[in-house]
Amino acid sequence: MTEVATRPRIRDGMRAALPLAPSPILFGLSYGVLADATGFGSAAAIVMSATTFAGAAQFAVASVFDAGGTATAAILAAVFLNARYVAISMTVASIFPGGKARRLVESQAIVDESWALSGRRGRFEWPILVGSGLVFYALWVGCTAVGTVIGGVLDDPNALGLDAAFAALFLALAVPYLRNRRGLQAAALAAVITLVLIPFAPAGVPIVAASAACLLGLRR
Amino acid sequence: MRDPWVVVAIVGVATIASKAAGPVLVGRRELPPRLQACVELLAPVMLTALIVTQTFGGDEEIQVDARVAGVGAALIAIVLRAPVIAAMAVAALVTALLRLAV
Repeated sequence: MTEVATRPRIRDGMRAALPLAPSPILFGLSYGVLADATGFGSAAAIVMSATTFAGAAQFAVASVFDAGGTATAAILAAVFLNARYVAISMTVASIFPGGKARRLVESQAIVDESWALSGRRGRFEWPILVGSGLVFYALWVGCTAVGTVIGGVLDDPNALGLDAAFAALFLALAVPYLRNRRGLQAAALAAVITLVLIPFAPAGVPIVAASAACLLGLRR
Repeated sequence: MRDPWVVVAIVGVATIASKAAGPVLVGRRELPPRLQACVELLAPVMLTALIVTQTFGGDEEIQVDARVAGVGAALIAIVLRAPVIAAMAVAALVTALLRLAV
């Protein structure tokens, strides 16, 4: 009992993931539906869930494709969005045991939710991160596959307001970052850059250009 | 060029590398503080650009339509601490109803 309390196991991580399970289930389903509707393709969507395993970036790619943007714009938007995992992975760099190959594989369990859960006791715990990450991974990939099947049945997801639902998702993901002044300033600059460029630049380019707003971090 | 597989391959490799960067390459060392600050700002910056594009983006023009009301309703839901899924449902519902009405 006390052993479990002080040294969690993978099993404990899996159990900790359960209350958050609706999130990968519903997002996985909606990602599958959307990817299919935007012409990204079912197989590509499922493989992307299995390899990229990062919801926001995958939605970003679908969103750029939906707007008629190029693959280059979609790639840059997703890669910039996932660059945050460089920072996130730094915070848990020291908790992964074993050699480099094992660390490479297990670090793929890092997603926003598993990372947040693993730090809930005030220090990062490897079994919680990997255990919950495994559960999220299985649900994410499985539900993407189911979503692509449902997607084939829907003809115009935008009539259902899916485009606005996306914006709402990004908004909810952004809010925690906007609680400090620096995050808010950078976000405001990004909004201005995007709005100014939309009428002139091809779809996706304004998003990539807005990334320059992160240079506000250079100020002391 | 709009080949989904190119996107899947490049984004996949980049994401795997980003997640592995800390545990594999860095271990216990830290990034220079200014670089760290820039990396930390990337998430809110990219998310904001996506929100703006998804809410106002048209075919190389700014469009104000039913989406704006839907996203506004979602913002209220988020401020009231509704779960993410609920905020998404609110946005979809408001937008879809307005589109039906117009």
